[in-house]
Amino acid sequence: MTIKNQYGIVKIAIASGKGGTGKTTLATNLAAYLSGKQKIILADLDVEEPNSGLFIRVERKHEEIMYKMIPGWEEDKCTFCGLCQEVCNFNAVLNMGKLILVYPELCHSCYACSELCPEGALPMKKQRMGVLKHFSNGKINFIESKLDIGQEQAVPLIAQTLDYVDKHSENESLVILDSPPGTSCPVIEATKEADKILLVTEPTPFGLHDLKLAVETMEKLDKEFVVVLNRYGVGNAGVEEYCKENDIRIIAMIPDDRQVAELYARGKLVYKKSSAFREALDRIAEYILEN
Amino acid sequence: MKIAFTAKGPNWNSKIDPRFGRTEYLLVYDTSTEELKSIDNRDIENEAHGAGPKTAGLIYESEAEVIITGNGPGENAARALEKAGVKIYTGAEKMKIKEALEAFNNNQLKEYN
Repeated sequence: MTIKNQYGIVKIAIASGKGGTGKTTLATNLAAYLSGKQKIILADLDVEEPNSGLFIRVERKHEEIMYKMIPGWEEDKCTFCGLCQEVCNFNAVLNMGKLILVYPELCHSCYACSELCPEGALPMKKQRMGVLKHFSNGKINFIESKLDIGQEQAVPLIAQTLDYVDKHSENESLVILDSPPGTSCPVIEATKEADKILLVTEPTPFGLHDLKLAVETMEKLDKEFVVVLNRYGVGNAGVEEYCKENDIRIIAMIPDDRQVAELYARGKLVYKKSSAFREALDRIAEYILEN
Repeated sequence: MKIAFTAKGPNWNSKIDPRFGRTEYLLVYDTSTEELKSIDNRDIENEAHGAGPKTAGLIYESEAEVIITGNGPGENAARALEKAGVKIYTGAEKMKIKEALEAFNNNQLKEYN
C-alpha cells in the first residue's frame, strides 16, 4: 500500500498556529514510520531553527550554499530619477538624491527596481542567505535548510528549498513538509503548494487561540486541512468544542504521555515505543490516502 | 533652515509623536518664512516593514536639516538620515510642537548619534 494521488506525489504540510505543539515530533515519526512502505521525502522548512535532523539518522548526500538576489547600486550609471524607490513595495530602496540606499533585509528579491531602472543601475547580485543539506539513508530523503545568522527573511530560502524538493521527488513519493509555526509569510510559503495540511495543536486555551488563527489562514489559502490533537488529556475541551462547532475534523488524538516527552528529549523517535502514537500515525496515514 | 517634527497632529499644539517611522504626521517649520507645513503620514500604518526608511525619505524630500522626535529612529532610518546629513534630536516625546521648538532653541534636547 503506497500513498499517492493522480500525480503520483502527495505533499503533506505539518503546521500549527502555536509553536511547540508537536509538528516536528509528528513529521519525523510519520516519515520514519511510513518509510518502510514507500519513498519518503521529509523537508524541514522551519529554516530559522530546523530541528527535524535531530531525530532522523541519515547520511549527508549533498550540501549547497543558498543565495538570494539583491539589487546592487552602480553609482556611475544612476540619474537619481527615483523610479526604483517608487516601484519598491517594501521600502527597500531609498533615493537620497546623491545616493541610492538599498536595504537587503527589507528586499523581497522581486526584481522590480532592477528590471525597471532605465539606466540599468541596479543589477541583481547574489547574496548568501543560508545552507541547504540533503541526507539520505535509502528509505528517507531528508532535506533541511538553515538561514545564516543575521538573515531576516525565511521566505526566499523556503521557496528555494521547495524547488529543490520538487526536483528530487520521484514518482510515488510522499513529501512531508515540517512547516514553521505561526501564520505569517513563512508558513504560507511552506504550505501553499501542499495537497493537505495537518494542523497540530494541544487542548489548552493557548492551543485553541492559535489554532483559530491557523484555521483562518488555511481557509484564506483555500487549503484542505484537518487537526491533530496532541497531548490529549491535559487542558480542557475547548479545541474539541471549537472543531465540532466549525465542522473541522480531528483525525487523531495523541494522548499526553511522559514517555513521549522523555524520548523526544533524548532525540529518539517515539512510535516504536508508544502504541498509542502508532495508532495515531495509522489514522493520519489513512487520511493522507483519502481522495 | 527647516526643522522637522514627528507629530500626533497637524499644528503647533499637536503633541510630538514618540515614534519615528510610524509617526502620524511630519511637521516642517521653515525658520526663514516662519511657516509650519504639515505632511500627513498616517498611511504608514499599512506598511508591514520599512516604515523607518520610508519616513526618512520624506524628511529628505522636505529638505529639513533637523528632525525633532521622541524615542529616536531605528537603525535603518538613522542610516538614511545620516547619509542625508539630517541631525536628529530626541527626548521631546512629552512636549507639544511649540514646546519642542523652544526646547530645541534652548539646547535642551539630546542629539542622537
